[in-house]
Amino acid sequence: MPKDGGIGASSKRREDVRFLTGNGNYTDDINMRGQAYVHFLRSDVAHGTLTNVDVSAAADMPGVVQIFTGADFEAVGGMPCGWQVTDKHGEAMQEPKHPVLAHGKVRHVGEPIAAIVADTLAQARDAAEAIVVEIDELPAVINMKDAVKEGAPKVHDELTSNLCYDWGFVEENKGAVDEAFKNAAHVTTLELTNNRLVANPMEPRVAIGDYNRSDGEHTLYTTSQNPHVIRLLMGAFVLGIPEHKLRVVAPDVGGGFGTKIFHYQEEAFCTFAAKAINRPVKWTSTRSEAFISDAHGRDHVTKIQMALDADNNFTALRTDTYANMGAYLSTFAPSVPTWLHGTLMAGNYKTPLIYVNVKAVFTNTVPVDAYRGAGRPEATYQLERLVDKCAHELGVDPIALRRQNFITEFPYATPVAVEYDTGDYVATMDKLEEMADMAGFAARRAESEAKGKLRGFGVNCYIEACGIAPSNLVGQLGARAGLYESATVRVNATGGLVVMTGSHSHGQGHETSFAQVVAEMIGIDESMIDIVHGDTSKVPMGMGTYGSRSIAVGGSAMVRATEKIIAKAKKIASHLLEASEGDIELKDGAFSVAGTDKSVAWGDVTLAAYVPHNYPLDDIEPGLEETAFYDPSNFTYPSGAYSCEVELDPDTGHVTIERFAAADDFGNVINPMIVTGQVHGGLAQGIGQALMENCAYDDEGQLLSASYMDYAMPRASDLPMYDVDHSCQTPCTHNPLGVKGCGEAGAIGSPPSVVNAVLDAMRSGGFDVPHMDMPVSPQRVWAAMHGGAEAAAKVGVTASNAKPNA
Amino acid sequence: MYNFDIAKPTTIADAVQALTADEAQPLSGGQTLIPTLKARLAMPSTLVSLHAIDEMKGVCMDDEGRLCIGGATTHATVMKEAEAHYPGLASLAARIGDPAVRNRGTIGGSIANNDPSACYPAGALGSGATICTNSREIAADDYFLGMFETALEEGEIVTEVKFPVPEKAHYEKFIQPASRFPLVAVFVAKFADGVRVAVTGASNNGVFRWTEAETALSSNFSADAVSNLKASADDMISDLHGSAEYRAHLIGVMTKRAVAAMS
Repeated sequence: MPKDGGIGASSKRREDVRFLTGNGNYTDDINMRGQAYVHFLRSDVAHGTLTNVDVSAAADMPGVVQIFTGADFEAVGGMPCGWQVTDKHGEAMQEPKHPVLAHGKVRHVGEPIAAIVADTLAQARDAAEAIVVEIDELPAVINMKDAVKEGAPKVHDELTSNLCYDWGFVEENKGAVDEAFKNAAHVTTLELTNNRLVANPMEPRVAIGDYNRSDGEHTLYTTSQNPHVIRLLMGAFVLGIPEHKLRVVAPDVGGGFGTKIFHYQEEAFCTFAAKAINRPVKWTSTRSEAFISDAHGRDHVTKIQMALDADNNFTALRTDTYANMGAYLSTFAPSVPTWLHGTLMAGNYKTPLIYVNVKAVFTNTVPVDAYRGAGRPEATYQLERLVDKCAHELGVDPIALRRQNFITEFPYATPVAVEYDTGDYVATMDKLEEMADMAGFAARRAESEAKGKLRGFGVNCYIEACGIAPSNLVGQLGARAGLYESATVRVNATGGLVVMTGSHSHGQGHETSFAQVVAEMIGIDESMIDIVHGDTSKVPMGMGTYGSRSIAVGGSAMVRATEKIIAKAKKIASHLLEASEGDIELKDGAFSVAGTDKSVAWGDVTLAAYVPHNYPLDDIEPGLEETAFYDPSNFTYPSGAYSCEVELDPDTGHVTIERFAAADDFGNVINPMIVTGQVHGGLAQGIGQALMENCAYDDEGQLLSASYMDYAMPRASDLPMYDVDHSCQTPCTHNPLGVKGCGEAGAIGSPPSVVNAVLDAMRSGGFDVPHMDMPVSPQRVWAAMHGGAEAAAKVGVTASNAKPNA
Repeated sequence: MYNFDIAKPTTIADAVQALTADEAQPLSGGQTLIPTLKARLAMPSTLVSLHAIDEMKGVCMDDEGRLCIGGATTHATVMKEAEAHYPGLASLAARIGDPAVRNRGTIGGSIANNDPSACYPAGALGSGATICTNSREIAADDYFLGMFETALEEGEIVTEVKFPVPEKAHYEKFIQPASRFPLVAVFVAKFADGVRVAVTGASNNGVFRWTEAETALSSNFSADAVSNLKASADDMISDLHGSAEYRAHLIGVMTKRAVAAMS
């Protein structure tokens, strides 16, 4: 019998009432009295020296308030990077300056050169056309291999090369790994790219700066996943505004997917300019701007190898990756190919020896940073494609090979520095095999073949690491931020609660699921609890929402604060009931004395807290409000097994996804409906990456897929009805809710099974192609069927995604 | 978007007059022009909306048995009203863009723009339609001149398109995954006196007739007749979504499928 409230109930998403009726309050819905509008004049060349930016004619244009250029920002700090990676020699990564507005040079198409503030947006755009920009074009470095060649043009003149870092993990293991390869009975090698993506949240980015002269307070309204982090980064590192004079509000946000984690120039500009002109300044990104100014995702090129013994046990794994950083280091970019990728390379397998090398490279492209999954999809894709290739080379069943090498005992310390607390990879694979109806596959394949089509089945496992922590460890790894979360629970006199959480909901449904947790703990109705987030003036501190961390970290902080509330409420209840505090029990919203029929309702206690006429004033303060900070002791490790069944049209190369099954272990689940929705969304993005999405540059650094005319987003008709299950639950051992996180799983777990399925379909038609890169587009499939992997490797290849070794 | 004046004539004559203004440009459904304006890629001084010209709207049959579609008729209207007369063409209209596009976009706008990946040029050329303007009638074979190029003169408006109705016709489309325009699409029309095959999406020269296939199908209207024909990859579009060779290959596949759909 499903619950109708509290933990485990599929409560309807309360926020959807406003979202679905057009009553959401997004940043662009906010209009300030007297606001001016800013338009950014952006570079249309990828690399060049700015020899002249003449704004004199533009400044006299109608409605122009002020025009800003790089020179106006010389006195302020640059955009900070939030993570410093140490390379394999123990040296700090190369960290270039990142100006608010380009100064001296432009380094990617889309980099802002000037900011025109005017009474109307049209006037600002008109004036932008009157600005004279002269750029001495320099050769652009787009391909990562070219970028690290001796004598390559440098993206940043002040750096020694375009190599940000050369990271080895775990460097001490390298010798043993190489030795194991020498002794291997079989070695499988795979070279692949993880295609660059544009996140494309439905709501483009928006920023509004406001300044109050009377009290010196700045306010920034912004489309952010973590307003407190923006307050800290922008206040402390860019503009020098103390936090008590800077309020950052991230109201309703229409999707983030990682790209709204980062601190962007436009936010700093609007905050700065509002004070400079003493008027609010608003910027709303166009979709075209989003393509060339939102941080991109993925873009790895990898060579990975597995060593196996004669019994097909994995004995060693090594992988070499080039990771594109783009032209500048976006906020958390250095951490993605390292700590969010290298630490995941064990996957679900007990491979005893692993070595990961990552070379992060600067190129004249938009900065690359975390996108749904961030590092973990890249790790999963290469590993799970490799395992499939192993199976085919050895002539063994891909599922059997996986099962043979599964980690089965927990906790399990991997050779890549993390310890999985719980998991049951056999159980999720068992569940998947049941969901996938593998017994019926032969008949379905025959049915496809009767229509002249090919049918393929692919599978993969995944492991995720969510809730990156603890802070003292990530500090050692180079994080320049803590990774805890905070929550304040404020109980009102009449018993209602407001929870102020540092997590931020931009589609995840926290307002519903967080309330379910508190309702369960106190035993009251969910409608008595409101969740407040996204405003630094209301929430004490927050690290925000990314990396599937909200329920595991933010939810745990909320649990801790609620526990404090309950503890204090019990004290009050014991006074009211004239009983010993130890005898007080809280159940179904009432406090009772154990073994008696004496009880007092939740509302009586909360009223006493604020109207303390009958109250233990000598022992405790009036009021009922508690704050907790929660710093987890470890990551959480969701895991699962996914399968994909495709039908392939051999005449055109077109692939359709016929079935997709996802068996996930998220630990305990708060709201199964919301979790299912999160998996659905993740799958859409993972399948989109596998089949359609491709962010490609030409050799001059022009973005070829700069609009929806060329950047293929998955649509509902491209996707199947998913079969999603999360009944396999091994609760996390180290957080109070036993939860693991579910937001990224779908995007992490789905690409390999799609590609594995397409290759399987092709094999069934006699086309034995060992690998194809994503997106597995119709023309690439067709090329592979007619010219093999080599032909496929040439399809859709542009300067940005050509393999370094090709 | 730059500022512009807008004229809303209610007759073809008034529209033609309005288009004599300096830097004037006709606006039909706006499915290409409005995004172009929004991106500031065009700067007309006057937009002459054809939306209120009733004499340019509607679907009817003329005395010669031709299906006549007013230049300002939306795809959605053609989809519904041409179904009884020319289902092959109605089906083409039904698959252009999405409902929003079909409710605004017009046949005249599509044919005047002659996007190399548009659907209607294939329908018009494949049917051997006659393009009627405010001043003359142009055979489709003489009208489509190249990528975004037509026989239209400055200020000339497509007022009507007259389609001879074939015995049967089918439009087979393979979409470009991002834009959902045709990557390659083929319109095959079987008339009593022969077969016409028009290809869109594929060529650097815009819509064209695949004459080898027409010859083969005119003597033997079956998928087998074209199964060994290969379109030349010369002058085919090559881009992120498909090489010239891939497009040339798809021409064969789409043609074969179009014929098979009618068999």
